Amino acid sequence: MSKVKAKKHSVFIDMTAMSDVTVLLLTFFMTTSNFIPREPVQVITPGSVSEIKVPDANILTILIDPAGKVFLNLDRKEDKIKVLEKVGKTYNITFTPKQIKSFVDQPHIGVPIGVLQKFLDLPSDEQDKAMKQLGVPTDSTNNQFRTWVTYAVEAHKDLKHEDLAIAIKSDETTPYPKIKAVLNTLRDLRQNRYSLITTLKGMPVGF
Amino acid sequence: MAEVNTGGGEQKRGKPKKQTLRVDFTPMVDMNMLLITFFMFCTSLAKPQAMTLVMPDKNKDLTEQDKSKVADSKAITLILGEKDIVYYYLGKPKYEDYTSLKVANYKGTNDKNSLRNLLLSRNIAGITKIRNLRLLKDKKQISQDAYDKQVKEIKDSKDGQTVIIKPMDKSTYKNLVDALDEMQICSIGKYAVTDLTAGDTYVVKNLQQAGALTRASKAQ
Repeated sequence: MSKVKAKKHSVFIDMTAMSDVTVLLLTFFMTTSNFIPREPVQVITPGSVSEIKVPDANILTILIDPAGKVFLNLDRKEDKIKVLEKVGKTYNITFTPKQIKSFVDQPHIGVPIGVLQKFLDLPSDEQDKAMKQLGVPTDSTNNQFRTWVTYAVEAHKDLKHEDLAIAIKSDETTPYPKIKAVLNTLRDLRQNRYSLITTLKGMPVGF
Repeated sequence: MAEVNTGGGEQKRGKPKKQTLRVDFTPMVDMNMLLITFFMFCTSLAKPQAMTLVMPDKNKDLTEQDKSKVADSKAITLILGEKDIVYYYLGKPKYEDYTSLKVANYKGTNDKNSLRNLLLSRNIAGITKIRNLRLLKDKKQISQDAYDKQVKEIKDSKDGQTVIIKPMDKSTYKNLVDALDEMQICSIGKYAVTDLTAGDTYVVKNLQQAGALTRASKAQ
């Protein structure tokens, strides 16, 4: 007697539906999310109940790390080129087209002007590493932060864009004197309105 | 679904056997999953929130004028100290009485020494009004514009408290943001961040040394 053989079915799982779902998800993520810009330092922003959004464009972000190192980020490319031109003129530096391109591609401004040319010649992954150690000098004798902000505001005005908004992003643990130094410089330049970037925290119950 | 049956109903003799065409979607799904993972890691869905801070203009020293205008009964001065401590005094500082400087913290309503409870007790009228307005707005009885307008009116009203925030050098950025946050929570419209004065440093030191500075100056 022979055993009754079970008929063999080929196991074929239909993946079409699965594929449909993943494509949908992918489309959702692509349309709703925005890229996180590369930041030279990771900061944890403090929480607040404020629900105001940071403006989309025309924004100068000042990043302050816990040690007080300052990095700047200008969102418009034309502005950046103009700013570099102005800084070059003041400090008598002529930048090569390659250096200008490298400056525009690097999202943050965060090195002393003295080493800027050397820095821009580095490949971009080494730039990120080098920037972590540097930051824009903010001390009162050599306040290059002031220079950058002045020119950023000027360049923005020259190109007839809308008003430049200033956002400050800093770590929870940054000591206040570091923030004060930045705020004082900004106030000297008559920039009195800032957005402090925070993470959303729910409103406490009963308010 | 992913198969296309090209064969007819019955197979006829002599005709080539037609096979069902099946497309395997597994690699497609794999690739999509990879892309989704990439997007989830490299992008952020939520836009960051921000809090607006307006500093007084340096050239016109507005704070001095404002300070003199504010009635003592409505002024609260917060001195943000080290280790998440807030020192505060109401009205003018009393240099001879070190107990006039009080200590608070950034905890919520549950802690009776919290900054929020202090502001809550000082600004209860404003907070209640705004709470009621918000309830009305949530029930869609008033529009967003009307809500904003009325909130602004309440915050600008003369009965409101005026808070002066003076962060000490030992405080952190979080302390400043927390203090500003309390202004939002407790619906205080008039507040300013200013620098610490010599008098403020004196009162804080005096409190830390339990009045030793006052006694020393009296002894002289």
